[in-house]
Amino acid sequence: MDVLINLIKIIGVFSLLMGLVSVMTWVERRLSAIIQYRLGPNRVGPFGLLQPIADGIKFIQKEDIIPAEAHKVFYVLAPALAVIPALCAFAVIPFGPTVTILGQQVKLVILDLDGGLLWAFAATGLGVYAIVLAGWSSNSKFSLIGGLRSSAQMVSYELPMALAVASVVLVSGTLRPTEIVAQQAGAFWHWNALKGGWQLLGFVIFTIAGYAETNRTPFDLPEAEGELVAGYHTEYSGMRFAAFFMAEYINMMTSSALAITLFLGGWQLGIPEAWQPQPGWLLWGLQIGAFFAKLAFFQILYVWVRWTLPRFRYDQLMNLGWKGLLPISLANLAVTAILVAYDLVGH
Amino acid sequence: MIDPRLVLVLSAVLFALGVAGVLTRRGAISILMCVELMLNAGNLAFIAFARLANGPQAQIYVFFVMTLAAAEAAAGLAIVIALFRLRGTTDVDEINLLKW
Amino acid sequence: MEQIAFFVLALLVVASALSVITNRNPVTCAVSLAFNLVAIAGLYMLLDAQFLGLMQVIVYAGAIMVLILFVIMLLNLREEEQPHPAGRVQRVIAPVASLAFSIVIGRAVFASAPSSFPDKAEGFGNAAALGNELFTKFYYPFEAISLLLIVAMVGAVLLAKRKVE
Repeated sequence: MDVLINLIKIIGVFSLLMGLVSVMTWVERRLSAIIQYRLGPNRVGPFGLLQPIADGIKFIQKEDIIPAEAHKVFYVLAPALAVIPALCAFAVIPFGPTVTILGQQVKLVILDLDGGLLWAFAATGLGVYAIVLAGWSSNSKFSLIGGLRSSAQMVSYELPMALAVASVVLVSGTLRPTEIVAQQAGAFWHWNALKGGWQLLGFVIFTIAGYAETNRTPFDLPEAEGELVAGYHTEYSGMRFAAFFMAEYINMMTSSALAITLFLGGWQLGIPEAWQPQPGWLLWGLQIGAFFAKLAFFQILYVWVRWTLPRFRYDQLMNLGWKGLLPISLANLAVTAILVAYDLVGH
Repeated sequence: MIDPRLVLVLSAVLFALGVAGVLTRRGAISILMCVELMLNAGNLAFIAFARLANGPQAQIYVFFVMTLAAAEAAAGLAIVIALFRLRGTTDVDEINLLKW
Repeated sequence: MEQIAFFVLALLVVASALSVITNRNPVTCAVSLAFNLVAIAGLYMLLDAQFLGLMQVIVYAGAIMVLILFVIMLLNLREEEQPHPAGRVQRVIAPVASLAFSIVIGRAVFASAPSSFPDKAEGFGNAAALGNELFTKFYYPFEAISLLLIVAMVGAVLLAKRKVE
């Protein structure tokens, strides 16, 4: 019975993520069009809503090209290696409270580990391999430089991210995402980013590091056209390129979901408990909806920032990471530690 | 249930493979990687013993070994880079200036 | 169920270790080692040491192996050439000695180690227990190792710096 429930959860989350990825491609194109004062895709279905399907068909029917001197095993392995850790990282994120289905208590999280946050970091850390291997195995100068730059950037920005998370762990006293969310119950000023944990600076650091981790503008020099053709996925076409695309969007969603869980109360509604409806499907539906609404806001923010800010040059990017964000996140950790030691914050 | 003896034998096999690698390979970085294999074998044995003793002491040793391995990998790779700049190769058979 | 998981993981560990010590291409070597490290992390989680298993993936497979891959690509290492002719004796003795060593340790272990694990203690392997030990009984080694990390970092930067002529 447990196995069946877990299987249903896994299949549900997997399908949901894949569906959200295709919605994201449409959102990106329409929203960027609106920001740039032009029409986006509007021919395939009403408002271009069937555009992701057209994109999918296009990608699947493309010719499968492998460059002549490429290292075949790693060339084929890299796109898969990009998608798998991205999907795995989402396993520890709670997207709803404990619901009762047919008399069974079902936790809406696939893996309720004691060290759940570490699992998310482990999975995003493994995503670096795909980029390094894709860049190296393509046997092309642009790919190699793009791959090395991109992975160096990802590894560098893992540090401020981890330190921002460490501050939250200090405040919450636990590594379990379900407990961290449970501690942010009540009105929205109980969230960790506000009065609940005073982690607003940590939230900003985490979000900026998240943009760098997922190689999105303003940190997307390694894959910018005009600079490096297309960086580490220059030599990829068809479904393999689509796999890298998917991995990037799933990484965006995981990073936003982590930020929501740690700093913005996860699936909590943000209104005081007295005003919430009684535990039942109305409340649970509202809470799951709240999580996905926050996720949607973050995705729109990603697209908005992409088409608003100019790109960082690579040395500016690395300077910002090592000489800017890292000292600030260390200071944040130190101040949080002092506040927790004197019992001024913390649960 | 898992047999702890099998875990310890696996750790010994891994260690032996690491030693064989160090003795056989030519590139400096490959030798470093085989040394990492040996360190991991030791870690696995530590974890097995920690589980047998049901306490956190042996796990702390694993923690320290991991940290040490990180520091050693960083320093070792820096040495390999400096050596490569000097001799143009990482082949340990070519690095024989001190031979009489 | 756990037995099957253990055997599968053990097989993966040994297979990837063999790939590490025999493959001539250094990048394949490094990726096999990363796979090996993740399999060993799986073994740690099977033995209930959750925190250390995740630490292994984050630190070893996620940072150290990426560093090694970077250096391999920086130095643009090709495939290793044929083994040196002078090492013929070594190349025979190495596998034999490893086999002998494994057999000796195997016999010692089977003669004296217990044949099953005790039940897991409360809170074994999670971060709280480790943190308690680390910051009380192992406080001085903890400070020493943070000093060691700084020294290693400074040394690595200094050694790998390009000398400005």
